[in-house]
Amino acid sequence: MSNNPLENKQEYQKYVDEKSPNSPIYKNCFNAFWIGGLICSIGQIIMNICKTRGLDTQLSGTVVSIILIGISAFLTGLNLFNKIGKVAGAGSLVPITGFANSIVAPAMEYKSEGYVMGVGGKMFTVAGPVLVFGISASIIVGLLYLIFNTQSITLV
Amino acid sequence: MDWFNSIDWMQLLRCFVVGGFICIIGQILIDKTKLTPARILVIFVTAGAILGGLGIYQYIVDFAGAGATVPLTGFGYNLAKGAIEGVKEFGIIGAFTGGVKAAAGGISAAIFFGYIASLISKPKMKKQ
Amino acid sequence: MKKIGKQTISFDSPPTILSTACIVGPKESQGPLASYFDQCLDDEFWGEKSWEKAESKIIKETVNMAIAKSGVASSSIDYCFAGDLLNQCISSSFGLRDTNIPFFGIFGACSTFVEGLSLAAIFAESGIENLLCAASSHFCSAEKQFRFPLELGNQRTPTSQWTVTGAGAAVVSKSGTGPYITNITPGKIVDMGIKDANNMGSAMAPAALDTLITHFKDTDRNPSYYDAIITGDLGHIGKSILIDLAKKEGYNIKSNYNDCGVLIFDQEKQDTHAGGSGCGCCGSVFSGYLYKQMQDKKLKKILLMATGALTNSTTSQQGESIPGIAHAISIEL
Repeated sequence: MSNNPLENKQEYQKYVDEKSPNSPIYKNCFNAFWIGGLICSIGQIIMNICKTRGLDTQLSGTVVSIILIGISAFLTGLNLFNKIGKVAGAGSLVPITGFANSIVAPAMEYKSEGYVMGVGGKMFTVAGPVLVFGISASIIVGLLYLIFNTQSITLV
Repeated sequence: MDWFNSIDWMQLLRCFVVGGFICIIGQILIDKTKLTPARILVIFVTAGAILGGLGIYQYIVDFAGAGATVPLTGFGYNLAKGAIEGVKEFGIIGAFTGGVKAAAGGISAAIFFGYIASLISKPKMKKQ
Repeated sequence: MKKIGKQTISFDSPPTILSTACIVGPKESQGPLASYFDQCLDDEFWGEKSWEKAESKIIKETVNMAIAKSGVASSSIDYCFAGDLLNQCISSSFGLRDTNIPFFGIFGACSTFVEGLSLAAIFAESGIENLLCAASSHFCSAEKQFRFPLELGNQRTPTSQWTVTGAGAAVVSKSGTGPYITNITPGKIVDMGIKDANNMGSAMAPAALDTLITHFKDTDRNPSYYDAIITGDLGHIGKSILIDLAKKEGYNIKSNYNDCGVLIFDQEKQDTHAGGSGCGCCGSVFSGYLYKQMQDKKLKKILLMATGALTNSTTSQQGESIPGIAHAISIEL
């Protein structure tokens, strides 16, 4: 370690990194793994039920999303999702449950600013970028597909 | 309980492991890079759309089922797949309509349930 | 009143802190200092519709309590200094709008309480009879403004600090029998380039060091002069950095130094990671714990140094680093 950590900003940053405890990454990864895997497995079981009832893959996938989103919204409303998220970390953030939570949480938070500009306006403060980037990326994928598979141009 | 008998346990195991593994990648990103949750979600959805567009993600979906579609990468994959199918069916317009059409259920559900939850519930302080 | 050394002001007839009061939230009420606080709330809304309203109510009631304890009539309070963490200091201005006391809104992030005490002391020394200062913070309103919605299922990093729900208030008077404010050392803004908004203690520690060393040099004192040296809200990490850095500068503060953010919570049991923060942290720990220790003569000379991280959510999103500040006051019997 340098003699004077305050000599410049780089030295101080290095010093602070040494002083600051790291996240318990192994424990966090373990929890993320089993909770994330469990959420996906619940999704798989719902999907199997849909399929035995004769729904196609696309529609079954939609049903899975809607049900998992509904459950997350419900748990968020009961003030339980953040307790799960505190243990699970990415295990509940990365599945579609995290997307749902990131819409419901600001909606509840900004209720005090009214139902139109508060709930309606602030609902996408966290999840908005997900839609912006996801939808934009999908449009680019579609356009690239159009360019590289010219035979697919049928109607334009 | 015919749905229970129809469970393919090997399939469920593959789903669990792959789904869990994708979450581990997210956890490593959180702990090592200090990215905010919104950025993590953006990375996953964009990665899913790109891998979906390249046709790679389809293999993971075939292998792991919900283990690949439930994580947000699956959301991106779904958007990209929808856009490609849209292009096949409607040409250039399909690139704009196909993605959201495929993901419409999830987006609408999140908005609707989000609004309902905010009507009936109040945020509470974390006890810890 | 005269300036000594580089940036310290020494008072000829030191003003007295007549009374203090503090109200804290439910989590603080479960902490190790619970028995010292004047009032503990069991609900973070305190019957109000929003956290912002609750915070205003907390600072209002704290101020009323401090005035009542001082024995000075509310109409005899000449000026008031108050601040908080919310944009445009709304908790203070909304909370104190019905008091009819001439009002200075101040912002020094978490150093606000000591900034207020310093200004009040200068006013008192200039001949003003009675002054009031107050500062508040609220965990929920601060999280909402600076971080994420409460219900978001994210993990807190080990370096993150927990904003204290609470307020502290003090009545400062020209005449009285102590505890006296003898010196103040207003701090400079120090920025060592820390950008992690979840590591405030590290961002503020260099500012605390600067003020601490300047104070010792200006007053020609050393750490052992004080019974206790207390920083505002450096937390566990900032505290260990300050001890370490001060040692490198030749000042050993290990034995009599502590931090309000460390004192207010039980790190293990309450899972508050790096400790408490917020204007209410220093405000309530001084008003509740330290002031009472001085009244009981358990502490006779203390150096109270509140630290602040001068940042907001816009600057942190724009990738700016976090400038820190620390203001010190000597309080002696």
